[in-house]
Amino acid sequence: MNTATLHSPLTDARANSARPLWLAVGLVLGGAVLALLGLGVGSTGLEAVWNMLADPVAAQIVWEIRAPRTVGAFAAGALLGLAGAVAQGLFRNPLADPFLLGSASGASLGVALALAGLGVSPFATQWLVRLGLTGAAFAGAVLAVLLTLALARGVQHTLRLLLAGVVVGVVLGALTSLVTLTAPDTLPAMQAFMLGSTGFVGWASCGLMGSIGLVCLLLAAGLSRVLDGLALGESTALSLGLPLGPLRAALVAVLALATGTAVAQTGLIAFVGLAAPHLVRAVVKTTHAWLVLLASLMGGVLLMLADTLARGLLAPQELPVGVLTAVLGGGYLLWLMRKRVG
Amino acid sequence: MKMSKRLGVLWVFLAGWGLLLGSAQAAGLQVTDDRGMTVRWDAPPQRIVTLLPSLTETVCELGQCHRLVGVDRYSNWPASIAALPRLGGGIDPNVEAIVALRPDVVLLAQSSRVVQRLESLGLKVVALEPKSHADVQRVLDQVARVVGVDAQATHRIWRNIDAAVSAAAQSLPAHVKNARVYFEVNQAPYGAGTASFIGETLTRLGVQNIVPASLGPFPKLNPEFVVRANPDVIMVGDHNFEGMAQRPGWRGIRAVREQRLCVFPEAESDVLVRPGPRMAEAARLMARCLQEKAP
Repeated sequence: MNTATLHSPLTDARANSARPLWLAVGLVLGGAVLALLGLGVGSTGLEAVWNMLADPVAAQIVWEIRAPRTVGAFAAGALLGLAGAVAQGLFRNPLADPFLLGSASGASLGVALALAGLGVSPFATQWLVRLGLTGAAFAGAVLAVLLTLALARGVQHTLRLLLAGVVVGVVLGALTSLVTLTAPDTLPAMQAFMLGSTGFVGWASCGLMGSIGLVCLLLAAGLSRVLDGLALGESTALSLGLPLGPLRAALVAVLALATGTAVAQTGLIAFVGLAAPHLVRAVVKTTHAWLVLLASLMGGVLLMLADTLARGLLAPQELPVGVLTAVLGGGYLLWLMRKRVG
Repeated sequence: MKMSKRLGVLWVFLAGWGLLLGSAQAAGLQVTDDRGMTVRWDAPPQRIVTLLPSLTETVCELGQCHRLVGVDRYSNWPASIAALPRLGGGIDPNVEAIVALRPDVVLLAQSSRVVQRLESLGLKVVALEPKSHADVQRVLDQVARVVGVDAQATHRIWRNIDAAVSAAAQSLPAHVKNARVYFEVNQAPYGAGTASFIGETLTRLGVQNIVPASLGPFPKLNPEFVVRANPDVIMVGDHNFEGMAQRPGWRGIRAVREQRLCVFPEAESDVLVRPGPRMAEAARLMARCLQEKAP
């Protein structure tokens, strides 16, 4: 994508290295403002914040519900933004999306099976309650990615990998429908999962997403030279002496881990992973080391914004956040498309 | 001497019983829900949230409607709950709004996603999911234990419900009993099988269900299956009825050809499809339909 920046003269590079830093600072500040807003927005409104000191329930609402869901929205958005940046670099396709390798449909199948299994037998129920829907979603996502990789016979061939991802996505989607058909009373629960929601995120999920997010970010930053190399074309990357096979596999693992974790905690949230790297690139042209960090921050801020809107727009009711991200993200992509054509 | 020793033993015995009874009192009440989880209270819960219409109806049937502080968006009976705060659906409940109501117990369906989240916030959660006639009785007992209604009163309520279902069945003339019925719950089309709650009511009424138990409670049917089974009467909610006669081949079905269709308005559909204390009313609605439409 930005071959120019890679080989730009020193002066240019210096001017450019300042801009990503400013963007990062801006995003962190924006995130902090949204976090404060997030503590005050909800079905009981600001009242909970005023009464926080006197009333333990108000304090619980602010610190045990609003705070973790705000932090959780940031973490889930960051995971999706990171996965988006990695996917777009890895597949050299600006429309690549973290759900590309079948992870989303794998997670859906996991949840569908878990829901259908609930109440079928006491043993299954007990086991599933312990694993939870989140565990089922994560297992499904990881298995789907492994299946895609097996079908594509590795990660060397980008086109084959993309096609295998599409095939796995469609087949697992059909299996999900089949499972839901045999247990129709799970249909509404499936729908809720497909829409995605940050409403059930507690501190435990935040801790999980935060720590996995950090690991993924460090890995992705460490592997960013591969992404830079791939941006110049496969043969150039090979000529740079990069062992493409294992490094690609590592990037796919990062992608699956980040997506699976986010999906497991929040359900399917569309467009954040796709839009975050685009938004970053619209502001700065930079290397992948910066891009993965900035896309994570951007994804986090985007989902926090969407979550705050989802809570506030219809208060005291709330919208599923996935609906909002789909509308906002879809609109942004359309605008981007028209601008490019124009 | 011997006498006083015996008396002593008796006193120790009595004291032991007293201790036992005392500790049972101190433990308060406890209920085991459909997940197998045991939930305890020191005092009967006063502030109740329900996230499933049939559970809302069960609480009200036990005469404890006044203890409800919030319900899900689909609960709409009895009318006295109309003013209560709506807390989202059973599937997408609003966690913050529930916690803000400070409930002593949240009654919800087992499949609800929010169970673990509410428990981690320190709320007492009882997951109950009635799916059959037997479940309705069991859930009635369990909810009665939660709200502290005694077993005798609960038993009386159940006997009344059960007797009303039998009365609805006995009100039907003999010729109706041969009717073959198709109950459609959803346009897809999903039918109510013999194994379902609705199917159990049809069985109690003595009519034949065209969807056998082997297909499961609510199977998705091939429309051809219904045409071939050729039911005498079709029961369907009015929002699923749209276009039924235009389905290919359905004009040939006896129920459609002879207009033996019971189209229930939404309020009646709610009664029919919810496995709750209004199952007697559901049986009466079906019996009325059969009296009017069965050949």
